[in-house]
Amino acid sequence: MSMDRRDFLKLAGASTLVGLGGLSVFDGFVKDGALASQAHTAPGASAGKRLAMVIDVSKFKSPDDYKRVSYACHSIHNVPSIDNLKHEIKWIWTDTYEHVFPGQADQYMAENIMRLPFPVLCNHCAKPPCVRVCPTKATFKRKSDGVVMMDYHRCIGCRFCMAACPFGARSFNWTDPRPYIRKLNTSFPTRTKGVVEKCNFCAERLSAGLQPACVEASNGALVFGDLHDPSSEVREILSSRYAIRRKPNLGTGPSIYYVIGGNEHA
Amino acid sequence: MLEKALTGNRGYWVWIFILLAIIGVGFINYLEQFKTGLGITGMSRDVSWGFYIAQFTFLVGVAASAVMLVIPYYLHNFKKFGKIIILGEFLAVSAVSMCILFIFVDLGQPTRILNVMLHPTPNSILFWDMIVLNGYLFLNIIIGWTTLGADRKGLPAPKWVKPLIYLSIPWAVSIHTVTAFLYAGLPGREFWLTAIMAARFLASAFAAGPALLILLCFIVRKYTRFDPGKEAIQAVGKIVAYAMIANVFFLGLEFFTAFYSQIPGHMHSFVYLYVGLGGHSELVFLMWISAIFSVVSLILLIFPKLRQNERTLSMACVTVFIALWIDKGFGLVIGGFVPNPLERVTGYFPTAPELLISLGVWAVGFLVLTVLYKVVVSVTQEATTLEH
Repeated sequence: MSMDRRDFLKLAGASTLVGLGGLSVFDGFVKDGALASQAHTAPGASAGKRLAMVIDVSKFKSPDDYKRVSYACHSIHNVPSIDNLKHEIKWIWTDTYEHVFPGQADQYMAENIMRLPFPVLCNHCAKPPCVRVCPTKATFKRKSDGVVMMDYHRCIGCRFCMAACPFGARSFNWTDPRPYIRKLNTSFPTRTKGVVEKCNFCAERLSAGLQPACVEASNGALVFGDLHDPSSEVREILSSRYAIRRKPNLGTGPSIYYVIGGNEHA
Repeated sequence: MLEKALTGNRGYWVWIFILLAIIGVGFINYLEQFKTGLGITGMSRDVSWGFYIAQFTFLVGVAASAVMLVIPYYLHNFKKFGKIIILGEFLAVSAVSMCILFIFVDLGQPTRILNVMLHPTPNSILFWDMIVLNGYLFLNIIIGWTTLGADRKGLPAPKWVKPLIYLSIPWAVSIHTVTAFLYAGLPGREFWLTAIMAARFLASAFAAGPALLILLCFIVRKYTRFDPGKEAIQAVGKIVAYAMIANVFFLGLEFFTAFYSQIPGHMHSFVYLYVGLGGHSELVFLMWISAIFSVVSLILLIFPKLRQNERTLSMACVTVFIALWIDKGFGLVIGGFVPNPLERVTGYFPTAPELLISLGVWAVGFLVLTVLYKVVVSVTQEATTLEH
């Protein structure tokens, strides 16, 4: 039954969209949007990888563990340290359960979970709203591995992507960020005022065959890999542990998973 | 015809120079923003759009309202709108000019604005907004200028302009629908994620725009010998009344859905706007002014005696305009950002430079409006003198 309906939609979609071919917003309708289920991705939607991360919060033992992770990211990416919270720029940071999973908190929940900081970063969504709204394709999803990237030289600073992101993952350079960079990393570009930026899943390190900096600094609390590869470590964890994502009901398909329980994974 | 704007009495030139002075102040502040960045505004990581985009949103409505004159005049042959219609079309030109400027001053990298055309992206609503806004600007310039030019010679408007006039009707609806879609299609912004957004936008547009037009008619009639016609103004008054009723009704629907369902995410923004949230209540005072003015305006508009009296009608128009200017030019955009996606509250209020830049943009709009209305007034007076 559902297969029939799916095929019908594909056919109907294809015939009406002949003239419009290639608009990603309509592609969504045809492929799987109409059957919107947060649980499945369109089969064959991408032949490439889909990079994802599993965060095991129980493996963060001390505040230093969190600091090390965000420092690893922010220092190599020339993320400025701006004290004014309104102008703050952050790629990976922490917040508590009730803020990371709004509407999920409960007053009778275990207190250690309520107090636990959860690392948050760009979710590199399967269907990223930020990419859908960008008027210049300055933010785009890389076909080969699903990483949502930014072209800082094309961004016009309209900030539509910041309104569209349901995870608050994007920061804007309200002023020139360069005076606020503590230690310049000359192998990664700095940004100019007036552009948006966010976590890039360490695209520059991936291309050199390395893991993202946060993963490397996490002592195994962050696990990174390809969701399309059944034998990857992330898939192994997800098949054996209960993992949750932020706001899955919005259908954006976040690629960051959280494991809360305390025991060792496989 | 533009030479008509180069001659005028002393009052005309004083007004022009006041506007130019305000534009100058705005421009100097813009230079500072251009140099330092948008950090000189009150916007933040959490409230990433502010007064500029809110003003843009409000003015799209003012622009779209010209259609409320075009439909009765061209589709229903309501001849009494014969003189007022050009004022509506030129108001649209002025309003769209301000819209485009407000988007421009909001850009972090304004020198890259042509990237929108160099890399056209049809899945972005902003791309379509650029197309419909520019299209509407040109439609109204062409239609207004051509019909006025024909009037001047005492001739009927050329035939080719008719299809453009008919096209301008759905086009006016499109500019406000597309602008509503900027907001209404974003997952996770529950305050904006409402199917009635475009309808609400249109209702508020058809109230605020014609209300401003009535006030402009009163001003034009007072300072020149151009009379748009008492009956025409009364007819526009009725339009404002119906549209304002629809607008308040639609807002009521939003309140019902949010507060009867009791879904926290749907209630939060309303709570922030009308009573304050998490210790932040920057906009509460303004939102209550908007609410009170809405009620007052409805009383003044619904009772025929009050609406027919031009003094109370002008009060009604002032209250409608201010109520909707606050509701759309502030609350609607800011409310969507509070609380942020992590349910944390960051407040917002525009800074002085931000307000001065906005004032400068408004002054540009009024300069465009003044020049165009001056041409209309001079041309019509010239035509009537020729007839006699």
